[in-house]
Amino acid sequence: MPHEPAHPTRPDQDAPLTYYQLLEQAVRELLIEKRLLTAEEIRAAVERMDARSPEQGARVVARAWADPDFRKRLLQNAPAAVAELGIEIGPLQLTVVENTETVHNLVVCTLCSCYPRNLLGLPPDWYKSREYRSRAVREPRKVLEEFGTVLPEEVTVRVHDSTADLRYLVLPRRPEGTAHLDEAALAQRVGRDAMIGITVPD
Amino acid sequence: MSPRFEVGASVRVRNVSPPGHLRTPFYIRGCQGVVERICGPYRNPEELAYGNRQADRVPLYRVRFAQHHIWPDYCGPEQDTVDVELYEFWLEPTSENAHAA
Amino acid sequence: MSEPFPERSHHDLGGLPAGPIPQGEHDYALWEKRVDALMVLLTKPDQELMTVDQLRKGIESLPPDAYDRMSYYERWIYSITQALQHNGVITTTELGQKLEELQRRPASSGEST
Repeated sequence: MPHEPAHPTRPDQDAPLTYYQLLEQAVRELLIEKRLLTAEEIRAAVERMDARSPEQGARVVARAWADPDFRKRLLQNAPAAVAELGIEIGPLQLTVVENTETVHNLVVCTLCSCYPRNLLGLPPDWYKSREYRSRAVREPRKVLEEFGTVLPEEVTVRVHDSTADLRYLVLPRRPEGTAHLDEAALAQRVGRDAMIGITVPD
Repeated sequence: MSPRFEVGASVRVRNVSPPGHLRTPFYIRGCQGVVERICGPYRNPEELAYGNRQADRVPLYRVRFAQHHIWPDYCGPEQDTVDVELYEFWLEPTSENAHAA
Repeated sequence: MSEPFPERSHHDLGGLPAGPIPQGEHDYALWEKRVDALMVLLTKPDQELMTVDQLRKGIESLPPDAYDRMSYYERWIYSITQALQHNGVITTTELGQKLEELQRRPASSGEST
């Protein structure tokens, strides 16, 4: 029995299908009739994306916090390092950027909504919003504050606009007072928003 | 094909707007930045967008820009930056390293 | 007197003024997840029926008011139909016939028969 999807599906409403929902069904059925795809492939692809979630990213972050050599490998070649944990990300050109005492990273895609989906799953609505895409490059500190993240002037804010094939994961700073935690407990401290850079772990 | 620019090279983004599928954001055109890394060769998205799956590979760079050089009224410290991935044909050497071929 | 060509395309948003970022989130509907899945399958390297660049270009080509009004996956499914037609995978006639057929079917959940 498949586990609960990371992205719960909104239940169907009783309203008739919209034009676009009909369009999706039309395209899907035509592709199946032409034997270009099967219904099973489509169902499996939905399940695969559902299985992807920020928990996968959190495992990567927790390992990097716990193991300095892994952290080095992750910064050098993220896809290879992630594979060590048995996480399959396909052709994703994952690039990890590290928050430090003096640098804070924030990821955006101003042109569309590029996001490391194969690692973190589907992006949140706010990441795809016109407001975020417009303002994250222009006034990142104000945007960060809207999400409750205030950074002193001594910390450089580095924004990454994903315009090509690189997909960014922010490696947040390990919070104070976590030296005694094992990896599983560390992973609990890492949320999706911290890996986009809009927040920091508590 | 070897990359034209090295890490650390000072480059300027071309300021042009042909109608097509451009992956160089409007806000960065005409701006001067520094090559942060050479990402490698990637097929040209401007051609892929028109269905040419055999589009030539082009060197892709990550270029770092100072926020103060992009926005005249940027509200934040001098050292804040934006990194953007840009294809080689969008970049020109600035006069500081005009020797780049 | 003609208008100058807009040098900043409507989708090219970086740096434009905008209001507070809406922080609410919505659970994805099944049809949206299917659109997403279609894109993954249609762009697989071994059977590339369209490219992600074609998806983006199709979305960018939407008139500004349509771009603003349509939801994220509405833009996607529209763009997918354009790319697949451009690439000769489906035709407009086939789409039209299928849509008519679907509208004639008794109310369904959108499942393929």
